[in-house]
Amino acid sequence: MTGIAVAVVMLFPIYWMVITAFKPGRDILTLEPKWFPAPFTLDNFKDAIARPYFLEDVRNSLVIVGVMLVLALLISFLAAVATARFGFRGRNAFLVMIIGVQMVPLNALIIPLYLMLDGVGQTDALPGVIAVYLAVVLPFMIWTLRGFVANIPAELEESAMIDGCTRVGAFFRITFPLVGPGLVATAIFGFIQAWNEYIIAYVLLSSPGNQTLTVWLASFTTNHGPEWGPLMAAATLTGLPVVAFFLLLQRYLAGGLTAGAVKG
Amino acid sequence: MGVAITTPDLEPAPTRPGPLRTRLLPYGLVTPSVAVIGGILAFPLGMLVWLSLQHYGLRELIAHQGEWVWLDNYRAILVDPLFRQVIFRSLAFTFACVVLTVVLSTLIALLLLRVRRAVRVIVMSALVFVWATPVIVTVDIWQWMFDYEFGVINYLLTQLHVGNFIHHNWFDNPLQGWGVLVVVAVWGAIPFVTITVFAGLLQVPGELLDAAQVDGAGGWQRFRFVTAPMLKPIFLIATCLSTIWDFGIFNQPYVLLNQRPSSDYYTIAIYSYRESFGVSQYGLGATIAVLMVIVLVVVTFLYVRETLKVAEIQ
Repeated sequence: MTGIAVAVVMLFPIYWMVITAFKPGRDILTLEPKWFPAPFTLDNFKDAIARPYFLEDVRNSLVIVGVMLVLALLISFLAAVATARFGFRGRNAFLVMIIGVQMVPLNALIIPLYLMLDGVGQTDALPGVIAVYLAVVLPFMIWTLRGFVANIPAELEESAMIDGCTRVGAFFRITFPLVGPGLVATAIFGFIQAWNEYIIAYVLLSSPGNQTLTVWLASFTTNHGPEWGPLMAAATLTGLPVVAFFLLLQRYLAGGLTAGAVKG
Repeated sequence: MGVAITTPDLEPAPTRPGPLRTRLLPYGLVTPSVAVIGGILAFPLGMLVWLSLQHYGLRELIAHQGEWVWLDNYRAILVDPLFRQVIFRSLAFTFACVVLTVVLSTLIALLLLRVRRAVRVIVMSALVFVWATPVIVTVDIWQWMFDYEFGVINYLLTQLHVGNFIHHNWFDNPLQGWGVLVVVAVWGAIPFVTITVFAGLLQVPGELLDAAQVDGAGGWQRFRFVTAPMLKPIFLIATCLSTIWDFGIFNQPYVLLNQRPSSDYYTIAIYSYRESFGVSQYGLGATIAVLMVIVLVVVTFLYVRETLKVAEIQ
């Protein structure tokens, strides 16, 4: 019973967003709230999608997250292999750096990041944001992937090499497929971080056609106050991809993130 | 930012002597990460400190050249009464959020251990749902729920006879406004902390708890003397991360107050942002950010020290 109560309290705000999005305007602004979207309408969604820059900003969000994820998976995988499979001078320093940089709040770095990217003409441009997101997600992704790679016995690779594989061949035939769930788990993490990020995109991307969905969403409020129906529809649309992506790949997560992180 | 849950294992991996190419390989593999993290996190951190020692306004921004003023910015900020208020408020807010987050999350995690499997799946799904929802989206929802005219919270509180909340504006009184911010921040932080603590609870051996029960320990005693000590590393990381997130909070107050928060609702991050991007005092803004980082470095240092202590005991 208490468990259900917890679930209800946690989920209520999200429920309220979704049903507000499906209500016609006159049912939203009522003193006594309507608990179900009884006359059901898609007008709020049509309104939100028709607003300026929606499609541009969807595209920007997708490009930023997509490019960033490809780069991040590649780079973090290389570093994960290096730290899980090789002993080398500076390895511990590298690991300490990975842990340490996660403690620096991104909000504190906005000013120098802005000035730095301004110096090379990358403000109001997607590559600047991609680079920042890449740096933000890398430490966690390296650390998590390192756990996954370390959990695959090196002997598997070695026996493949005895059977005639090259080192590179053994790696791509044995280790790479086994680390798949780890790649998915870290990709989910990177996706959520980048898709949900607000302040960097808000500061760096100034023209409306260059912004991301979260910035678009936060700029929804007009001088007359928010229009709740379209805003809740837009919020639903912004949150949808993350939740869908998450639920779709959740089975890979079964113990994925924690297993990778806890077992070092 | 997410963070791994354990401390690094610092013993070196076995080194196999090999040809030079093999020995250089790992360096080649970590070079891209070092370049990205160094260039986009470490370098700006150094630049932040350097900026905080300069007068850097609009003119300097155009010239790309600051004017060196040594510690003037720090002197100006440390006597600024608004800065003291902001620091005090941020600390109080952080304390309230961290305590509530950790206590509530622990209670929910303990509850998850005792409920039926179906209920556990439902609660877990709810937590994951909340966790995956973008912060900006959740802030918009809470803004709507706390709306003074048609917000569902005012209606519910009035119906439940907590008081007359018809047309009650929560943000007129900063104390109540900050209360709302605590609710929003804690609600958003509970999923991560609960799932982390729950994962830790699963690793507490049942035999230990059984043995304690046989020895006559009650529920609270079993938690206090068996579970809690075993979960100490997890509580430490959860507390440390929550502190970093709540102390550096920006999105929630900024968006909840329609991107124009009055100085009553400044957090350190908002104050730093306002000084730099609002009134083009990038040097002063950097100084505030440096002070924020210093506070967090102290917190992190305490956390690392405690973690190492725990690691030594085990």
